[in-house]
Amino acid sequence: MKAIVTVMPRAGVLDPEGKAIGHALGTLGFGGVGEVRTGKIIELDLSETDPARARAQAEDMARRLLANTVIESFRVELA
Amino acid sequence: MNAVILLFPGTNRERDMAIALEKATGRRPTILFHAETSLPAGTDLVVLPGGFSHGDYLRCGAMAARSPIMPAVAAFAAQGGHILGVCNGFQILTEAQLLPGALLRNAALRFLSMDCTLRVETSASPFTGRWQKGATFRAPMAHGDGNYFADDATLEALEKEDRVAFRYVDEAGAPTEAANRNGARNNIAGILSENRRILGMMPHPEDLVDPLMGGIDGLPLFESIADAFARA
Repeated sequence: MKAIVTVMPRAGVLDPEGKAIGHALGTLGFGGVGEVRTGKIIELDLSETDPARARAQAEDMARRLLANTVIESFRVELA
Repeated sequence: MNAVILLFPGTNRERDMAIALEKATGRRPTILFHAETSLPAGTDLVVLPGGFSHGDYLRCGAMAARSPIMPAVAAFAAQGGHILGVCNGFQILTEAQLLPGALLRNAALRFLSMDCTLRVETSASPFTGRWQKGATFRAPMAHGDGNYFADDATLEALEKEDRVAFRYVDEAGAPTEAANRNGARNNIAGILSENRRILGMMPHPEDLVDPLMGGIDGLPLFESIADAFARA
């Protein structure tokens, strides 16, 4: 079972990389772009076949390593 | 005073740290590889030096904070052990939750390799005893992710409990925005743990401990440590 963990900076945490991308988009002439936020997607190939257990496992991994919850939030999707 | 310097793959400042510690304490530190699971008996101080442990993968310090040696470091901290983390070592200590907050990418996105001026915010710690509160000194910095972040409640606690060790200031000693090149909240360059025995800081005091290095501005930090253990 595949788990997809999306990690994003928490609201209120500065994302200078997102800001720089926003500036570059403006330089390219794209108008109407508000805030740009960047994050990471981590795909996990899990041997677990039960969706609830796979989700619990991926969330545990996210809390303990994949995300730093002081500055980041995460969400888990199964595929 | 028995100091142990932890070596992670990608650590690159361990030798400078060893020179600084030996100069101040007269004892050569032990360098310990991260794959070990225990600290040598009689360890007084654990030092996490700078570098780019595990290539800064995932987040700076994230991998190192989960290294085999780290449970022993956490246990050492819980017993009141003294720990110093500089640069990547500071990042590792926050990732290991031995210090609060996190180090974000520098606000201007640039890697900063230059001297900065630090103001000593407290002399009540085993790392800052040689300085008067308010003293300033020069320290080299070399980091891409030194932008200290903590939520409002954590910042308030750090300030109220006198746990900000160092702040970025200008040459006149004022914590201005211009002096705060990485964008750290409250110009914070270094913080102490609740029991004041763990210090994490971004700039490198170990880079200025000998006239041949261009100055001895960072030496008081290591002499403070030596004093603390001479009294103990």
